[in-house]
Parts: sequence; C-alpha cells; structure tokens
Amino acid sequence: MSIVTVQLGQCGNQIGHEVFNAICGDIRGTHGLCSKKENESYHDTCKERFFSEEDSGVPVARAVLVDMEPKVISQTLSLAARSGYWKYDDRSHFCQKQGSGNNWANGYSVHGPRHKEVIMNLVQKEAEKCDRLGGFFTIMSMAGGTGSGLGAFVTQGLRDAFPTSFILNHVIWPYGTGEVIVQNYNSVLTLSHLYRSSDALLVHENDVVHKICAQLMNIKQISFRDVNQVIAHQLGSVFQPTYTAESALHYSRNPLGDLMETLVPHPEFKMLGLRNIPQMPENSLAYSAFSWPGLIKHLRQMLIANAKMEEGIDWQVKPPRLGCSIPSSHSTNRPLHFNTSIANLVILRGKDAHSIDLGSFQDPSLYTSWLKPRDAFNVWKTPRAFNKYEKSAALVSNSQFLLKPLDNVVGKAWNMFASKAYIHQYTKYGIEEEDFLDSFTALEQVISTYTTL
Amino acid sequence: VIVGQCGNQVGCRFWDLALREHAAVNKKGIYDEALSSFFRNIDTRSGGDGPDIYKGKIRSLKARFFQSIKALLIDMEEGVVNEILQGPLRDVFDSKQLITDVSGSGNNWAVGHKLYGCQYRENIVEKLRKTAEHCDCLQCFFIIHSMGGGTGSGLGTFVLNLLEEEFPEVYRFVTSVYPSGEDDVITSPYNSVLAMKELNEHADCVLPIENESLFDIVNKIHQMTNSGKLGATVKQSSLVTSGAGGAKAAQEKPFDAMNNIVANLLLNLTSSARFEGSLNMDLNEISMNLVPFPRLHYLVSSLTPLYTLADVNVPSRRLDQMFSDAFSRDHQLIQADPKHSLYLACALLVRGNVQVSDLRRNIERLKPSLHFVSWNQEGWKTGLCSVPPVGHSHSLLALANNTCVKPTFIELKDKFMKLYKKKAHLHHYLHIEGMEQSCFSEAISSLSDLIEEYSELDATKDGPRTDPPRLKIAV
Repeated sequence: MSIVTVQLGQCGNQIGHEVFNAICGDIRGTHGLCSKKENESYHDTCKERFFSEEDSGVPVARAVLVDMEPKVISQTLSLAARSGYWKYDDRSHFCQKQGSGNNWANGYSVHGPRHKEVIMNLVQKEAEKCDRLGGFFTIMSMAGGTGSGLGAFVTQGLRDAFPTSFILNHVIWPYGTGEVIVQNYNSVLTLSHLYRSSDALLVHENDVVHKICAQLMNIKQISFRDVNQVIAHQLGSVFQPTYTAESALHYSRNPLGDLMETLVPHPEFKMLGLRNIPQMPENSLAYSAFSWPGLIKHLRQMLIANAKMEEGIDWQVKPPRLGCSIPSSHSTNRPLHFNTSIANLVILRGKDAHSIDLGSFQDPSLYTSWLKPRDAFNVWKTPRAFNKYEKSAALVSNSQFLLKPLDNVVGKAWNMFASKAYIHQYTKYGIEEEDFLDSFTALEQVISTYTTL
Repeated sequence: VIVGQCGNQVGCRFWDLALREHAAVNKKGIYDEALSSFFRNIDTRSGGDGPDIYKGKIRSLKARFFQSIKALLIDMEEGVVNEILQGPLRDVFDSKQLITDVSGSGNNWAVGHKLYGCQYRENIVEKLRKTAEHCDCLQCFFIIHSMGGGTGSGLGTFVLNLLEEEFPEVYRFVTSVYPSGEDDVITSPYNSVLAMKELNEHADCVLPIENESLFDIVNKIHQMTNSGKLGATVKQSSLVTSGAGGAKAAQEKPFDAMNNIVANLLLNLTSSARFEGSLNMDLNEISMNLVPFPRLHYLVSSLTPLYTLADVNVPSRRLDQMFSDAFSRDHQLIQADPKHSLYLACALLVRGNVQVSDLRRNIERLKPSLHFVSWNQEGWKTGLCSVPPVGHSHSLLALANNTCVKPTFIELKDKFMKLYKKKAHLHHYLHIEGMEQSCFSEAISSLSDLIEEYSELDATKDGPRTDPPRLKIAV
C-alpha cells in the first residue's frame, strides 16, 4: 500500500524533502546488515510505499507540494532533482505568489476555498497512481499561515474526499520563545480543527529537536536543515517497512492503518509523541556499540519520565504501585510527573531485533486503567538496520507526552486573547472571536481528558 | 510611490542600491524571480515586456517599487525629478511614471493635500492602475516621503488615501521622515500633525525616521573611518551610508549618506521576499505580527552592522555583538530608546550566514533586559534570509513596536501647540479650499489619542501580572 504525502507551507516542504532524502538514502545504502533477500524485500516495500516509477528509472516521490509563495517549492524541487537518486513529479505542486502572511484565517478562509479544487485534483492524481492507497501523511507547522491554516482546510478536504482513508498529520510545534508572534493563535486554531478531521497528530517540537542537535549530535551552529534532518530520521524510523504481530512473514502493507489501530483506540486521544534511540553524529557510529537491553531500558524510562532524549533522563521517576484491585478512572495515586500512557508502539530495527524481551513495556502500571496492556502495547520489528544505525529503537506514544506543551500553548494564546491583541487581523478574513472560543473550548477538553488519564 | 523632494532623493538612492545588490547576486545578468519583485524587463525594441521574461537576459530594466509595482515619482516642482531623469538612473525610469508640476507646495500641507490632490487625482489614479497592471501579484505599496514639507507630506498622504480607496486589499507601508529638532521649516509641526492623522487612519505600517538619528550614524561612521586606528580600515562598499559600487558618480550630495541608510533599511526589509532563506519573512507577515491593534502601527527600526572592517587581521565583529547593537540607542533610526520602554512586539530579520541557533541564543541572552507587554512575553517574529547585503557576511534589521515612539509624538504635539495657540501662519492653510479649522482640531485630537494609547500601555509596564483565568470544562 502506498502513502501520499502532502507537504504544506515552507516548513512542510523543507521537512518533506529531508524525509524522502532520508528514506532514499536508507534503501540505497549497503548497511542493511541483513540477508540479501531481506534487503530486497525491504527495498521493494519501501519503494511501493513512497515512490512511483518513471520511465527514466528515477524514483518519483508520492507527494503533493503546496505553498502560497513560490521560492521554497522551487528550491525543494530542484534540490531533489539534483540529487539524481529521486525526484518529485514536476506537475505535483501548487503555489501562489503572495503567501499567507502568518495569518491562519488567510490560509483557512481565503486560500483554502479559493484553491481547494486545484489542490484536491493534484492529490487525486497522486492517489490514482497508487495500486492501493494506504492513506495520507501531511506535514505542516502550526505557527505560520499556510501550513497551519491552509493545512487545516486541506485536511478537512481530504477527509471529505476520502472518508475511509487514514489521515496522519505531522505537526511541528514552534520554539517556545517564538518564531512568529501570533504562533499560539495559529496553533490553537490548527490543533482544534485537525482534531476534527484527522485520525492522529504526530508531533515534533522544535525546542526538543534543537536540544538533540546540540547535545546528542554535537552540532555547533544549528540550522533548520540540521533540525529537519533529525526529524526526517525519526520519521523514517517509524515509516520504513517492519514486521508486525499480524504480519510476521512479510513486511506489513498497511503502515498507517496499523499505526491507528495500535495507537488510537479512542477518538478523543489523538496526540502522538515520538522518541528515537540512539541519536549521534554519523562519525561516532563506528565507535559505538549498543545492546538491546540497554536501549530498551533507556527508552522505557524516557517514556515514564517524559524525557525528550536519552541524555538527562530522570531515573527517579517510577511507575506507581497498583495496590488496589478496583480499577479507578482517576489517577489520584499517580505521581504528577509520571507519564501515563494510553497506548505505546515500539519499533526495533537491526541485528537480533527478534529476540528482545519487551516485558517491561507491558507493565500495567504504565497504562491507564481502561485498556489491558496486551491491547495497549505493540511491537514492530525488522532485522534490517536503519540509516547506518546497527541497532535502533523508536517509540510512538499516545500518552501525556504532549500535555504540558499543549497546556502552555493554550495558556499563552488565552492570555493574548484576553487582551484582544491581533484579533482584528483574523476577523478581517472571517475568523471571529466565536471561532476562537470554540477552538479554546475544544482544546481545553483535550487537555482535560489527557490530564485525568 | 515617492513623493516630494525627500521622497524622491531617498527613492533614488534606493534604486541605485537595489540594482547594486541584485548585480552582486545575479552575476549572469539573467532576469530572474528575485529581480522581478522590483523590475520589469523591457524589450526596448518593442517597448513591451520581453517574451521570456524570466529566462531572458536583462535587456533593460525599468524600475518597479517593491513586490511588482512600478515606481510613481511625484513632485510638485521639477528640480529633483529632472535631476533623476538626467542622472545615471535615467534608463531605469519611464517618463510615464512621473507626475510633476512647477511651483512646489510652499511647505504647505493644505496645498499638497487639498489643492494638488484634487488637481492631480485622476492622473495619479490612472498611472497607479497602469503600474499595477504590469504586476502578476501586487502585494504591497511603499510610500516614501517626509512629514515636514508640503508635497511629500500633503500630496503624499493624499495618495495614501487614494491607495486605500483604489486598492483596499494591498498593504500600505509608509517610510516617513519626521522633522528634526533644528528643522528650518517653520510650519513643519502643522504639516507633520496633519499628515499624522492620515497615517493613523490609512497606513498599515509606518516606519518613522528622524534626520537627527541618521546624522548621528553618519558621524559615527565618519569617526570610525577617520580615526586612524590601526586595522580600522573599513570596506567602503559595506558602509550603510555608502552608494559605492552603484551607478551614481563619485561626488555624493550632502543628504546622500543619510538617504543611503534609509535605502538600506528598505532593501533589508524586502530581502526575504526577494531572496531565499530557511525561514522566509514576507511583508504581509511583518504587518500581521507587528500590529496588534490597528492604530498602533508605528515601527522603530535599527540596522546593524553599520560597516565591516576590510582588514582581515582584525577579527570580524562577533555575531552576538550585532544583535546587541540592534537594541542600542545609537542604532535606532529615530531618537528613541526601546530598551527602556515597553515592547508590544519585535521582529528580527537576519541576512547571511546566520542560523537558527544563533538567533535563539541571542534572543535568550537579550530577552531578560527587555520589557515586553504582559500578553506578549515571548513576542518575537524572526526571519532568516541566506543572501547578505553587499560587503557584509551577515546583517540584522530589527523592527520594534515599542512605546519609545511616544516622546517623538509628544514633541510633535508640543511644537504644534506652540504655533496653534498663537494661530501663527494658519491663514496660509485656511484660505485653501477644503481646509477648515476642524482639520486642525481633528488632527491634533487624533495625535493626542494615539499618545494616550501608548501611555496606557506604558502604565502596565512594571505592574503585577495576573493571567486571566482559563476556561473550565465540565468533566
């Protein structure tokens, strides 16, 4: 099954490009560290999932590029083509000239309706190229105007046009100290709207990835390109082919479907966080050796203590003891900084991945009481190593990972809203105070449901 | 749209430097997307746009102003415009883009706004429409003028009104030169306050400039280049006051150095719209992020660095120093000190070899010493453009919506009142058709209201912060 990626706005297009780069780089390399047969199978599954074939033999990414100004798309298309290893379809993009001005209302209420038909046509064309459509993966930032506003509108459009397809939104959380002054407004509006039409939101926070670049990757002068490459690596570690419990003999064909099934048991809980281990500069890889037990142990503690990366983990945080036999739906006995999960997915890639003991992730005290651990926890594996890491593990978690960031964003937006600052910029394009209030209400609801896990 | 003597002189510097900047980046002389934001490529044989407007060689560039508008040069006396048409930039301007008259406006806002406005209205509208037609996508109008005279101030604000009427969807950015302390035009307070009312009501963003600040910067550079300090040889082309490398001949006129600073301001403001970068910042984003309430749209600007050292043995100014300088009083283009007043919002547009980590590090470092309004504690808008200005490896433009503009407005009001109380020179204005006493009282009232809004914000500066209670959800 194939996934169609929709890259929205400057951020979406810049990241999308790095994702296809990372995937292509992974399958091209000779560092699979597995049998030739395994490698071929991996290669074929990946190709079908992300690329279509062209007469020239160069893989063509299954993607639609959308932006309201031309510079980024033009750069993205040419960078891809220059690599010689893959490219975008020359016709699969749409752009305008004037941008969205960081205005969610402009993206949603003006550009959205105006360009809906053209954009949906491009998506339809890409969908038709797939033998079997596995769903949509959209990449956008919340802070700006196009990715956020137009992105929310397009997601709705996808839902309307493809009611039975899976939609996963990859959302970039901006730096806390600001890239855009109205980023909190744009974020609140985006999240509340996506929550309605999307199946799940997979989040990356710029602050977190920045720290990974600084502390783990040892990059001195961190550029957005560095940030995007880390994000692309993490996404690749989720979306490259794997075997699942149901599909043990051949690579699973329905990654998005599988993801939703394992991680989103209830429509009120759609926020997914992502952790990856290990992360280090490429030139250190040759000198490092890892053991699976060590990696699993760290990953589990990262989950429990809500650590953003494998350095600086708080080992003091422990799951609460489940003494009483009566399950309670209120977490009154859980320590406040313990991260309660609804569902977790661990993905293991590399040598001896099949023989690992993951019992520690099935501890019922990690999870909320209304799901049994055997339903709440899943593992995907492949012996094929990913992107030069001999062993690597990823964790996709539907838990309280994003509770604090969400609460922060809503708090700051509310604070600004109370003073009515910038509201005239939105009402100008038809987003009224009422719409803001609806969005705030929706998100307070999400915060509330995650808090009382 | 450049109006009046000041506007035309600054505009001229802008064109020269814009061409220099694009020539430095565009070595092959191919007309590209970046150039198209300012210029049309004219096939001089046919007079129309060249057929392959993007891939073709630059045949002859006709000037447009920002984001696909051609320039409209307006002056009510011919001297300045004629000079432009005879100067090295003559090929860049089309005679169809000019509106001139002979006798000037006598430093009288009413003559510029009411008399000439009425007289030239249709001519102006027609020329604007023609210019707009040549644009694929018209995003923004830039108006350059001064406040203290008659044409730039009066006719300039008349055009501002027109732009709102005829092109309501298009942003209006105004660069206004405010009169300095030792201004020799007696009626400049009247002209400025009358113009202010128009700016309050019809501009999307105003970048106020004060000649005193430009003068101080010119002096500072002069001192630096002539200080004789070892190793202090400065790269001539890098001076923010320099027109070197442009088409203009060597002999620079007195205001040229100062006007070059304003020209550089405008180049930096539009750099991210013209060149690529990892975090683009377009003009409509500036308006969106820096104007929290419609009338509070006055942005204090600063440019750094002012020069780069040519001597390679001297370590180049540390990147962080550039950020610190942007907030210092000396680098502001009006007499203001944003550090000690209240920020409503701040934008940083960086050009050149600067990455997001440099930006973040400096914001973290400088934040504690700045005062931000309670509802916008982290109010930063940032942009990263890969292409630096000529002669620099990096540069920074800071735009601040800050209550430090208040003193400038208060001073304006005081000067106005001094004249108005005595009814000095009023008759020159009142005998123009369409001018009444109420024009004056409304204008000063509008200015007073604006000052009051800034005062109210200032009052919140050191007050206690109580966050409004959040919405409660029934569980």
